Amino acid sequence: MRLQMEYVIKPKSDLSLGLEELWEFRELFFFFTWRDVKIKYKQAVLGIFWAILQPLFMTVIFSTLLGKAINDQTHLPIPYPVFVLSGLLLWGIFSGGMTNAADSMIANANIIKKIYFPRLVIPLSAVLAACVDFLMALAIFFAMIVWYQVPVSGAGIWVIPLAVLQASVAAAGVGIFFAALNVKYRDFRYIIPFLMQSLMFLTPVVYPVSIADNGVVQKLLQLNPMAGALELFRGVFRDYIINWETVGASALSCAVFFTVGIFYFRKAETHFADIA
Amino acid sequence: MKPVLEVKHLSKRYILNRQQQSYLTIRDSLSGFFKRSQKKEDFWALDDICLDIFEGDIVGIVGKNGAGKSTLLKILSRITPPTLGTIVARGRIASMLEVGTGFHPELTGRDNIYLNGSILGMRRKEVNRNFDAIVEFAGIGRFVDTLLKHYSSGMQSRLAFAVAAFLENEILIVDEVLAVGDAEFQKKCMAKMGDISHSGRTILFVSHNITAIETLCKKGALLEKGKLTAFGAIGSVISKYTSNEAACGGSNGRYTFEGFEKESVVSEIEFICDGRHSETLAMGGEFEVRVHFKSVVELKNPMLGLIIYDEFHAPVLFFNNNHYGVSFTKGPTKGGVLKVRCPSMLLMAGNYSADIYLSTPFVDLDIKKGLLFRIEPKHFLEHGEMLPQRHNTFFMKDLEWAYEPEHYSA
Repeated sequence: MRLQMEYVIKPKSDLSLGLEELWEFRELFFFFTWRDVKIKYKQAVLGIFWAILQPLFMTVIFSTLLGKAINDQTHLPIPYPVFVLSGLLLWGIFSGGMTNAADSMIANANIIKKIYFPRLVIPLSAVLAACVDFLMALAIFFAMIVWYQVPVSGAGIWVIPLAVLQASVAAAGVGIFFAALNVKYRDFRYIIPFLMQSLMFLTPVVYPVSIADNGVVQKLLQLNPMAGALELFRGVFRDYIINWETVGASALSCAVFFTVGIFYFRKAETHFADIA
Repeated sequence: MKPVLEVKHLSKRYILNRQQQSYLTIRDSLSGFFKRSQKKEDFWALDDICLDIFEGDIVGIVGKNGAGKSTLLKILSRITPPTLGTIVARGRIASMLEVGTGFHPELTGRDNIYLNGSILGMRRKEVNRNFDAIVEFAGIGRFVDTLLKHYSSGMQSRLAFAVAAFLENEILIVDEVLAVGDAEFQKKCMAKMGDISHSGRTILFVSHNITAIETLCKKGALLEKGKLTAFGAIGSVISKYTSNEAACGGSNGRYTFEGFEKESVVSEIEFICDGRHSETLAMGGEFEVRVHFKSVVELKNPMLGLIIYDEFHAPVLFFNNNHYGVSFTKGPTKGGVLKVRCPSMLLMAGNYSADIYLSTPFVDLDIKKGLLFRIEPKHFLEHGEMLPQRHNTFFMKDLEWAYEPEHYSA
């Protein structure tokens, strides 16, 4: 007798994360991510070029226009262009990952309507694809470090992966929530670009948390799920002192966003096929 | 022995919201909050279905359009949850509601085999093991590393079926996927399905093609208006199905669609054969199709298309009004009747089915599949012999034959 796998199809699934099932479908993560990456980097040279061009271009703009003002006010321990590039690169994981994830359910509606698999695979692998962009762009980051001769700390070996992890979790949490909303309300997608722009300026990407002289505003900035990721990532610079309060507060809020996002998604997913 | 699939009191309700568009928007939800609640109607697409299916069973599911066949398959494949009742499954279910799901035109054939296989639930090891057999079965040979977008549509569907055919799941759910490829490939598909069934796996098969169901399945289930009205040996189920069809006068050339699907736009289709409501016309006779539709939103330039299949479900005709340079309306419309009339149908006698679709240049609105009609043998001229059925799909009415004697110069 073959291995018997018994399961029951019931009216409403109980609210669980379905982690076991996700593990069962782990190869699908790989294949969806691989598909997105492969199509994007089909022409390898152009693909890498685009992944690098955008953050580089933004770095030039911010450095020319804001660099001096921010440096005067906050006395950054590292050159502003390197600081702002570090922020923009990590922000790329969040903005790219979240936008991909939010769009992913609609983009894959034809698959959702025809085949069953844990739906979470789709937005989660969309975030993973954004991480690949980050890895490509990391090369330019190291080039900048060498160019500006910024001293690097050995902690980089573990702060970079941790920062990437937190940025991905933040992107996934918000992205999954929006993905579910996007299926239900078709006009929601028009809000996302505007939201993304506002969020970027509410996050210490192009400025440090210390720019706010108001204690309450600083506290609020620290609660941003991306603030901690950025703080950790900048720990790669020897002269940058990580504010552990920011890291802790931000990690906590990140976990909250992620949990809310996943549970909302799980609650909504049973009816995706009927309305997608 | 325990059944591999136990379906217990399965029901599915859809809530019809007649005034609503197919998509929710935040704007509407906010404004709707202040309005009185809209009129809603319940529709039971499936009503208290109980079925036990055992290992190695090949069950053909038959029923008219809208009888609940697709809903049943969707619930079995866990795409949509039931409203009431449960299903106990003992084995992995693979659903082939459509072949080639997830195929991407910008990837090669090889990449698509892996991607599609993994979406269908195959492990990479399984794909590796069957890779050569899949390529061989699809007959794509040296094109395996060519981008999918350069494949012919026949190659694409052959590849799609081939991937699905090598699934190793214990329970397979198959919906009309045999409608791919040429006659030879269809034969190959049927043989493969036969092989699968001999390996002791369980297959649920839905098709409008009665011939295919009869040859492949040993058991049948008949669905009528969401209820299971017959279950048992395939012969008796099919004869009940066809006699029911006949009893209500073969629906007299009228198909009405209660339309539980929100996107349903077509409300009624009429077949007018030789000047009366019927599904039977004589060879060379007059054939008219009238499609009644209504839509919530205004439609610009509606398009009516037909695909006509022979009894082996091989397509013989495909056309829409654009092919004939005709546009139905000048301005936008919210409903009406679209008509197409063929004064002389030049198909040979036989059983045919039509898929009728309504679309606009940008969106497919609705498709109604498997509408049956029949062409009776008739001599289209008063003299001469009957044309042989074999070798002919179409016939020509006004052929001019002539003989010119050769002039020998003396």
